Amino acid sequence: MNRNFERGTVLRFTLVRLAATALLLVAVSFVVFALLHLTPGDPARNLLGPRVSSPEILASIRTQYRLDDPFLSQYFHWLGGVLHGDFGTSIRSDTPVTTLLADRVVLTAQLAAYAFLLTVVVAIPVGIFAASRAGSAVDRTINVGAIIGVGAPSYAVGLLLLYVFGVNLDIFPVYGSGDGFLDRMWHLSLPAITLALGIGALVFKLTRTAVLGELEQDYVSFAVSRGLSPRQVRSMVLRNAMIPVVTSLGLVFAFLFGGTILVEITFALQGIGALLASAVTFKDIPVVQAITLLTAAVIALTALAVDLFYFAADPRVRKRAAK
Amino acid sequence: MKRPQLTPVLCAIPLAAVAICVVGAQWIVPDATKQDILLGVTPAGSPGHRFGTDQLGRDVLQLGIAGARSAVVGPIFIALGSMLLGVLLGSLAGYLGGWVDLLLTKYADLLLALPTTLIALVVAGLIDGGYWVTVLVLVVLFSPTDIRLIRGSVLAQSSRPYIESAKVLGLGKGRIMFRHILPNVMPVALATMLLNVAFALVAMSSLSFLGLGVGPGVPDWGRQLSDGRDLLGRNSAAVIVPGVLIIVIAAAINLLGDWMQERFEQRARQR
Repeated sequence: MNRNFERGTVLRFTLVRLAATALLLVAVSFVVFALLHLTPGDPARNLLGPRVSSPEILASIRTQYRLDDPFLSQYFHWLGGVLHGDFGTSIRSDTPVTTLLADRVVLTAQLAAYAFLLTVVVAIPVGIFAASRAGSAVDRTINVGAIIGVGAPSYAVGLLLLYVFGVNLDIFPVYGSGDGFLDRMWHLSLPAITLALGIGALVFKLTRTAVLGELEQDYVSFAVSRGLSPRQVRSMVLRNAMIPVVTSLGLVFAFLFGGTILVEITFALQGIGALLASAVTFKDIPVVQAITLLTAAVIALTALAVDLFYFAADPRVRKRAAK
Repeated sequence: MKRPQLTPVLCAIPLAAVAICVVGAQWIVPDATKQDILLGVTPAGSPGHRFGTDQLGRDVLQLGIAGARSAVVGPIFIALGSMLLGVLLGSLAGYLGGWVDLLLTKYADLLLALPTTLIALVVAGLIDGGYWVTVLVLVVLFSPTDIRLIRGSVLAQSSRPYIESAKVLGLGKGRIMFRHILPNVMPVALATMLLNVAFALVAMSSLSFLGLGVGPGVPDWGRQLSDGRDLLGRNSAAVIVPGVLIIVIAAAINLLGDWMQERFEQRARQR
């Protein structure tokens, strides 16, 4: 009986979350499309960009983007294209937006993945370590470091790192993104460290709080008084503490993906973030729309995956949802 | 018996210095934006310019001192504005409950899920807004944390005996809200506002690093860093001065806010 009951809950929860995500993405796509009309000036002129203007060209842009149609019909036309992977043509470079993105997405994904890996490998163990020595001088020092790390702007940290390790010590390359995988990783090291510093400080705090919270639980004192070895207790505590940490990591990756703008500009990397910044400056609206929508989609889908994972990993969440 | 607290004192020093620069920049460094294009870039330690000059021959240190104003004033308004929104909408949600609460909570959740820098960049960048429009955009983007905080605190206070007795005494909703609940929420709100100033400072200067917000020629740390990026080899102080300024100020505000938050939490627990 219990099984069937649980399967029903899981199914319902999954469907509700899927529907909510779809609804959210539709709402976001609407706002993203409206950007074209929210930008000051005539949309046709904005879409024309720096090209030579003539009444005929403006008229052809009006028909191409259906600017004379009602707003909703324009929106559905645009959405239809987006669903087929067509985000229109970049005004600035006169190439399809999809091609432009495809050229750059790899670099940004590599950077985000590299930073993510650094965060996981460093922040979580340090968080566990600090929690195990809570209140000590080491713990307090790491904590102060984390508070500073959370608050420090990535571009300022990046430029200082660039000065120390790139210019002064000449350990890491200052410009370029490298050829081949190893060289690429070598070039991405400083940017990834910069990116990982802020987000790593957050993951550290989260891990420390989670482990401390578990250590205060009754089951720990019970396990200790029953004579379980410290090692067994530790494994119990860690397994429970990791649930919130692992679920937060999904969102960390999504945010890293969206947070590469400043780091890419700082290190002159030609990724998605740098493309967005220049597209905003040049009012290249189709590119801005595409990147904003894709970033929102990555974040929303990651949040969905995290929720489903949480649901699968923690029976307490299932029980609460069943009520 | 009371031990002197180290954190607030250490944080107060740089913050006081910045406050002096914000108020008195035009008297301390009247020539901060004076250009000397013929002089151009000079390295740190050159005569008359301890930290050298940038491409336009402006003194790096003077520009850094003058930049305190645009770095701090906007963020203070962002923190105030978003807390105002937070108090308004948060107390509305917490006190009225029902569908108002549901709607406001969903709204806050939606805003909270957005990457702040990206949205601010897109919106402020496409509108071409300048400094105060950017401040306004950030007020909206910063408000969800405040809305949730105030809502949560109002809910926590509402169930306490003293509010129950106020209700029994027949006090009006508005009076209970403003005279009894909000004053008790104030300490937490203050600490959160301080932390928001730090985050807003980072957000604003990030945007000006990307060329948004402050107009050209206005002294600003973010802009100074983006200008200084190409000078790393010739006058590294052009990067180090504004970079260290931002990091130190953000850290001081963050540490102070964190310290305040911890103290208020301790006090609340002791009650």
